[in-house]
Amino acid sequence: MYLTKEEERILAGEFGEGTQKALELLVAIGDAYDAEKMIPISRAHAASSGQEGDLYFVELLADGGARCRVPTSTNPVYDIGYFHRLFDSIPEDEAEVARRVMEAYKRVGAILSWSCVPYLAENIPLHGENVAFSESSATPYVNSVIGARTNREAAQSALAAGVIGKAPEYGLLIRENRKGTHLVKVEAILKDEFDYTLLGYYVGKRIGYGIPVLTGILRQPSTEEFINFCAMSNVSGAISMFYMPGFTVEASTVEEAFQGDVPKDKITVTDHELRQACGELQTTSGGIDFVMLGCPHYTLKQLGDVARLLNGKKIHDGVSFWVCSSATAKVLAERNGYVGVIEKAGGHVVVDTCIDEPCWIAYKDKVGMTDSPKCAYYRRFKEVMVARLQDCVEAAIRGRWE
Amino acid sequence: MKSSEITLKCHKIIGGYGEGEALVSHEPICFYLTDPKTGVVRERSHELAGKILANKVLVFPSGKASSVVQIDGLFKLASHNVAPKALIVKDVETVLVVSAFLVKVPLVDRLEKDPFEIIRTGDFVKVDAEKCRVTIIRK
Repeated sequence: MYLTKEEERILAGEFGEGTQKALELLVAIGDAYDAEKMIPISRAHAASSGQEGDLYFVELLADGGARCRVPTSTNPVYDIGYFHRLFDSIPEDEAEVARRVMEAYKRVGAILSWSCVPYLAENIPLHGENVAFSESSATPYVNSVIGARTNREAAQSALAAGVIGKAPEYGLLIRENRKGTHLVKVEAILKDEFDYTLLGYYVGKRIGYGIPVLTGILRQPSTEEFINFCAMSNVSGAISMFYMPGFTVEASTVEEAFQGDVPKDKITVTDHELRQACGELQTTSGGIDFVMLGCPHYTLKQLGDVARLLNGKKIHDGVSFWVCSSATAKVLAERNGYVGVIEKAGGHVVVDTCIDEPCWIAYKDKVGMTDSPKCAYYRRFKEVMVARLQDCVEAAIRGRWE
Repeated sequence: MKSSEITLKCHKIIGGYGEGEALVSHEPICFYLTDPKTGVVRERSHELAGKILANKVLVFPSGKASSVVQIDGLFKLASHNVAPKALIVKDVETVLVVSAFLVKVPLVDRLEKDPFEIIRTGDFVKVDAEKCRVTIIRK
């Protein structure tokens, strides 16, 4: 790989050990993909987590004096103050990892967004920007809905790119690699956000790795519908980018999306496939102990939806009701009265928090409900049923789901 | 029986040197689905189920699963000193590079011959990533 004089000096350690390690990682990735050079990026999003591997790398950089050169936002860990006031069962060693991770991201000068949808508010790429965005919904959203360019980064490679302000030029940063691979004919009627969840789940599972081009979408998907499609297709599969010609920015026709090539494969999605996906996800019914919403983090609009469904209602005594969101969305939801309504009904709206963190240990032997297959996938709970938001709220009020 | 020895060129991704008994997997590997204290593969339907990754030279087609679990999985093996000594892969991706980088295990690909034809479980393999060389010794 070609390296500039400055990059060679970074590798020689002249800018400190933290910056050196960051570039060493990027060069290794570049070598793996035969990248010719590093190219500037304008921003990054590190999918930080309370995991030991993440802690090791961010502390290596922070202790070595590294600082982010471009805006670099962070994923949720958990709201330590909030959860430790409510629960005394969170293991101290895991809480310590979470504390140190959050502190180290602060030391490297990251934007402390603790949000998994940073592209909506805290760190928004523009069309055509080169960026390094990790996190399952973020990578495909940024590539497809916004039309910026990012590879499928890990937390560490995204942080390293934020520190150096560059990324190795390979994969989706190169136009020719952004062409569609699979044609997906959507014949199913997509009514709401949950239908996009099911569509994402099905397409990801069916294709695995690739760039689907979806046709037959009849109306402009909403922000939340796009988020759900992105999150689920990149969890059940590895979909870093997709096209919905007419609704995503980069190609206005199917031919353009395939860059003149023929699709590797064609699949059709009817109501039958979506019902089947729904059936796979709804494993049981009966009494529930908790409802978990906001994976990915709920937007202001979704907090409003929850408030409307809960207005004047009371959540069942035996059910804990959680909504995870970003700090920015919660501030506005408070101002609009949504948080008050949810809390009055007996629910919690928490910020900075991911479903896959030790703060939920009190629920490890409990049965819950969510509208997100991604939440169910983490297996932090005994059993998680997946259903529409309306059904989750109704079950929370009744204490059971039939 | 006479032992045979063959040395092949390879492409270095993460440098360093590692040697050990080869363990060949034809299926992708998720390090999270191993016992972090012993390195035993716990993924029931996997061809390596019950086998031990610790101190082996692992030959496998690619990684799999989400970045967070994959990286954390290899990191946990390394912190209990039961990580593989070297990784030989066919299809490398970003997450695997990050994983190997964090635990300082040599990672190579593009052997000049198909590793699945040349290397058998039980061979003794030396991976010298710095010199872009893999030596396979069969007893």
